[in-house]
Amino acid sequence: MKEVRDFLCKQAEGDLLPWRHQAFAATHFGLSIGQVERLALEAGLLPSRYQRNRNMLTVAQQLRIFCGHVAVIGCGGLGGYVIEQLARLGVGRITAVDPDVFEEHNLNRQLYSSLAMLGQPKVEAARKRVAEINPAVTVIAHKCAYSKTNSGDILQDVDVVVDALDNIAVRLDLADTSAELNAPLVHGAIGGWYGQVSTQFPGENTLRKIYSRAVNAKGVESGLGNPSFTPAVIASLEVAEVCKILIGQGKTLNNRKIHINLFDMEMIELQY
Amino acid sequence: MKVTVKLFATFRIGRFGEMTKEYQPGTTVGDVLNELNLPPDEIGATLINHRHVEEDQQLQDGDTLSIFPLVGGG
Repeated sequence: MKEVRDFLCKQAEGDLLPWRHQAFAATHFGLSIGQVERLALEAGLLPSRYQRNRNMLTVAQQLRIFCGHVAVIGCGGLGGYVIEQLARLGVGRITAVDPDVFEEHNLNRQLYSSLAMLGQPKVEAARKRVAEINPAVTVIAHKCAYSKTNSGDILQDVDVVVDALDNIAVRLDLADTSAELNAPLVHGAIGGWYGQVSTQFPGENTLRKIYSRAVNAKGVESGLGNPSFTPAVIASLEVAEVCKILIGQGKTLNNRKIHINLFDMEMIELQY
Repeated sequence: MKVTVKLFATFRIGRFGEMTKEYQPGTTVGDVLNELNLPPDEIGATLINHRHVEEDQQLQDGDTLSIFPLVGGG
């Protein structure tokens, strides 16, 4: 590996590693793009794609993000945007879970849906897209519905869990299992012009408090549906929470929930 | 006693955004939900002065009760 590190240091421009050298190193030394990325970051080199991150994230923090494993449960409206942003951020491993294929009614909001993708599995679309935009990122795709019975396999070795589900009962199962596995959970939910975000760390019981009245109910989304912009807003807030958890800095939404009303442009903080 | 009730998101439709009115001492959060005809399975959160409370919580003079609908889509 010293040989690879020496090569990367020699090819670097300042402390930036251009893509062509990262790709060449992978081929030349028989490594994956991700393995080269890790070696570069460990050597204090920043792959050039992240250069606009550098005034807010150090190379050491970029390495922590690369070493992170994030599970995104649900690859629809929220999940598509979450996966896109995690991949561009440079999260090294993303587990993507969804049982569905794209249908026509997804086209108004789901990032990876397109006419060509109708009938194709959502997790497969996510895997292909991430390979196109950031091949250093490994996507572990599960084309199945998340449930208590498969949660152990899906959430193995996960550092952060992202709730991008559309179902309150399954969300609560996910929150319970995340707590049992000692993994922080970033919660997001949407309905029409409205959405909410919260983060539950192990030992907290925030999701059970948020949904204390309505374990099996549907929210405002059942009447309002969801437009193109609300999932993008809430997904972005969820990814900001994931980023802070992975680098261990910043103030997260634990024991708090932000309620977002895009119709009246209000953000309200609720304490739990 | 005077209590300010704030409604959020879809609960504003056909009702109000914010209203301050007199309530009898001992009035609970659940009493206000009933008065406003807000179905229990549509309630997402009830807060007094920004803190999460349950329906049996009694209101005090000067409280602000905020009521949010359930949001669960993805």
